[in-house]
Parts: sequence; C-alpha cells; structure tokens
Amino acid sequence: MTVTELVSYEEALATFEPVMGLEVHVELGTKTKMFCGCSTELGAEPNSQTCPTCLGMPGSLPVVNAVGVESAVKIGLALNCEIAEWCRFARKNYFYPDMPKNFQTSQYDEPIAFNGYLDVQLEDGEVFRVEIERAHMEEDTGKSTHVGGATGRIHGASHSLLDYNRAGIPLIEIVTKPITGAGERAPEVAKAYVAELRELIKALGVSEARMEMGQMRCDVNLSLMPKGAQKFGTRSETKNVNSLRSVERAARFEIQRHAAVLSSGGTILQETRHFHEEDGSTTSGRIKEEAEDYRYFPEPDLVPVAPSREWVEELRAGLPELPRVRRNRLREEWGVSEHDMQSILNAGAVDLIVATIEAGADAASARKWWMGELSRRANEAGTDLAAMEITPEQVARVCALVAEGFLNDKLARQVIEGVLAGEGAPDEVVEKRGLKVVSDEGALGTAVDEAIAANAGIADKIRSGKVAAAGALVGAVMKATRGQADAARVRELILERLGVEG
Amino acid sequence: MPGITREEVAHLARLSRLELKAEELDHFAEQLDVIIGAVARVSDVADEDVPPTSHPLPLTNVMRADEVRPSLTPQEALSGAPAQEQQRFKVPQILGED
Repeated sequence: MTVTELVSYEEALATFEPVMGLEVHVELGTKTKMFCGCSTELGAEPNSQTCPTCLGMPGSLPVVNAVGVESAVKIGLALNCEIAEWCRFARKNYFYPDMPKNFQTSQYDEPIAFNGYLDVQLEDGEVFRVEIERAHMEEDTGKSTHVGGATGRIHGASHSLLDYNRAGIPLIEIVTKPITGAGERAPEVAKAYVAELRELIKALGVSEARMEMGQMRCDVNLSLMPKGAQKFGTRSETKNVNSLRSVERAARFEIQRHAAVLSSGGTILQETRHFHEEDGSTTSGRIKEEAEDYRYFPEPDLVPVAPSREWVEELRAGLPELPRVRRNRLREEWGVSEHDMQSILNAGAVDLIVATIEAGADAASARKWWMGELSRRANEAGTDLAAMEITPEQVARVCALVAEGFLNDKLARQVIEGVLAGEGAPDEVVEKRGLKVVSDEGALGTAVDEAIAANAGIADKIRSGKVAAAGALVGAVMKATRGQADAARVRELILERLGVEG
Repeated sequence: MPGITREEVAHLARLSRLELKAEELDHFAEQLDVIIGAVARVSDVADEDVPPTSHPLPLTNVMRADEVRPSLTPQEALSGAPAQEQQRFKVPQILGED
C-alpha cells in the first residue's frame, strides 16, 4: 500500500472545484421484508428470518410490501420529487454470495421518485440546495462473516459465512445530482445533507435512520475539476461512510488526495475506496477495470407499481412539517440563535425540549436543563440525552418547582440527580431528600439576622451603600440553610433589614 | 443484423462463473446467434402500436400488507446448503490472495 501524499486543503481549493455525488441507503422500518413476510427484527439468531423467497429458491414468488412502497413515495414527496405514474422493479445481476438469488431486486431506469431537492442549512445559517436525481426501492443484502483472515476482513479469509436475515430488508437509495458550487464548503454541505436527510427520514417515521446501526449508509463520490472548468473530473467512490463526521472527513480527505494526484500530473482512477474511521483516510478498493455489467432487466415476477395521483396527493397532504421548517419555527418561538439551535439539534435535544414545553415548562427553562445539567450528565455517562432516565414531564415538574419558588437551581440539580438515580419522581425526591427551599420567613429571618451579626463589617459597608457586598451575606445565609433558601429572597431580606434599597 | 460474438459469450460465461472450453464457446456463440435472430424477428413484426412488454398481464399494484409470516427454521433454511458453520451458509473463499 502506498502512502498517499496530500496537499493542504486550502491549496487544493485554490486550484480546484470539487464536485460531489452522495448516495444514501436507508433501511426502512417496516415489520417485514420488501418482497416476503419474513420479520426484519434485529438481533435474531442467524438465518432464523428467511423463507424460500428471500433465499431465492426456485418457484418462489416475491410480492412487494405495501408499506415499503408507501414509504418510498413519502420520501420522494418530502424530497420535492416527482412520483412516477408507472414504474417497475429490475434485476441487478451479480455474482456474490451476499444475495442468494444472485441478483438484487432494485429499480433501474424507472425509479419511483425523481427530480427533487433538499434544502440544507449550514451551521452559520446559510441554506444550500442539494438537487436530488432519484430515490428508488431495493432490498438489503445478507451479512457476511469472513473467517480465517487476520482481522476478519475479506482479504486473506479462507472462507465466508452468510446470515440471510438482512437479505430482503427494504432499502431506499437516494441519489443526488452532482453537487457543484459548494467550493470549500463541500465537506460541510455533504455532512449537512446527510444530517438533514436523517432528520427528514425520522420525521416521516419511515425509519429510525440510526447510522451506527447501519440503518443509514452513505457513499461519497467526489471529483475535482480546475476552477472555471465545465467538464467534471474522474471520480472516486468512497463506500460505506457511516457517521456524519466521517462523511465530512471522507470528502475532505478525497479533495486533498485528488488535488495531490492531479497537481503532480497524475490521473485519478475511477475506483471504489474504503474509508478508515481511525485516521479519516481512504484506501483503494477495487478498480472498475470495466463498467460493471449488471445486466439489468425488468423483474418479471413483480408487476409494475403505478401510484394513483389521488393516493400520492393523500400522502402529500399527510406529510409532517419538514425538519428544517420546524426547527426554524421552534428557533423563533424559543428565541435562540442559529448557533444555539444547531447545538440543540446536535445534542439530540429538540424533541425533548418540545415535550418538556408541552408538559408545561417555559422554553428557556426547558432548554436550560436539557442543554445544561442533563447534557453534562449525558456526556459524563457517554450516553444520549434521550436515553437518560428522566422524562420530559419530570423535567417540566422540576421547572415548575423552581418557578414556584420551592426549589432553587442548586436544589433542582439535586432533584435531577435523584430522579436519574432512580429515587422516583421529582416530588418524591424532594420529599425523601428534604430538599425544599426554606420558605419559613421566621427561620429565614433568624438566619439573616445571625449572618448580619456575624459579619458586622460587611453589614456596615452595605448600609453605607455598597449594595454589591450583600453577596457575601447571601452566601453566609445559604451556607447556614445548607443551600435550601431562595437566594433572591435572602437578598431582599438582608437589604430590608439594613434599610437599603436594592 | 443481430449477432453475438465469441468474445461476448466468453464474457457472459465469466459473469455466470461458467467454465467453457474453446469449442463450447464456438458452439454456444452459434446457437445463441440463432436464438437472438429468432427473437429479433418479433421486433420486426411488432409495429409502433405494440409497446415492449415485460409483463403479460395488465396488472399493477399487487401489494402485500406489512404483516409478519412465519419464516423457515434455521435448520430448514440451511437444509439445502452444501456446507454450513455456526448456523450460517458456508461459502468458498471470495477473494484470492492479492
């Protein structure tokens, strides 16, 4: 393997214009496979979810999954595509053991959805339109385990083992048109596109689109052409880039690698490349020495799909608010900046905050707890916010307790800690831990008097007008009440006692 | 004039993982040529008003509800496998040494 020399990113972009094409495969969340009634449940024992159809037995006949077609139409509509009035499946023939039929049932020149776009928003708020070439229906392949090689890779393996549970699970492949004009922001656009697509798929409810589970996978095709040129260069196809961060890194690496090759007078081979998570590099896969010869032909065992216009319009009318539109609406309602909204999105907190507000909290408090204390704890535990053992309703209750003056922020943090530790609902934690703010004015008054008496010097300063010094006395009272006092009320009492206007 | 060359037959054989001897390539090229010629005559007969047909019946939208049906047991699924290991289909080496 030759070590790839790279040129700096800035240098690459000074000379060349990147052109990208992104192919995303989404595994649908249907209960059954695309062409047979086998379950798609994850984690089943090997080869326990197969039947004559998905095993490619002679005489078996596929029948398409209605929800699979409906999901494809919904995705197409959400991507502003035209929906075919009539389209067919096609056999993509290839010789490889991950498909027992020796072909993948896909769509060729008649995709169910075509000619659309997705607007994606970059971190600074700039909106970039990514044109969609097509979205078509197909099926996933089986899972290979390579045995006998050093690292479980196919190279050097003595033989391979196949589990066909995944073979036949519905896939939608979404292909962009060449993305031009993104310039130095190309890697960022690639990442934002995949992120937006994932949000869209989730909002449609057609898949959980969890990239770490392989439910959404991305191929990054990239080429460079000299600035100002019209003709695209030769592209490389980096396969299976399976996280948002990796999509950005893979595009960036390929820009630098292509630029190095082209600048030194070399030529780019049209080849597939493998992405390496460890260092963000890509290495050569197989060279496409000849155009792949898939010998596509119409699938004779499946009849054409002809979505009626009435049905398409019905599905269009039922589309949810699109994620970017929803985010912008929420951003305005919550009064936060683009940047803050991006952080909220990245933290996976949008829906949690919405649910907390629906449970009665105000937007600022809901956002504060999810993005502050709870994000910090999720980070520490290395888990997702959504996986935290606290519900939006419980967070809303904590917000209410603070708003009503029963808790201050410090106590509220302890309540959250208690809920996360399984001590029960917020009110139970308050009860068990005895966490209520000292609201007994008598007890508080005594604590204030004691603090003034013990800090006569400070008290004098306050009397003479140095109101800022009150902080030290507030601290003393908070300490005396073990943090269970309402600091604002303590301050009021101190100033009142000392005859100073706050 | 339709036709299939010996090279095309060799290519198809490779895609199909069929090992054909030299005389077989000649033989099949000749036979396939006749078959393609026969099929091509259908195109001559069909006029502009006859669209290409991939399905003989005028059916569309035959779909199945998304309901789970019983699968085969792993034992049944693997019963026809030439070789198996760890409840999986065992296949020969896919890539040779580089």
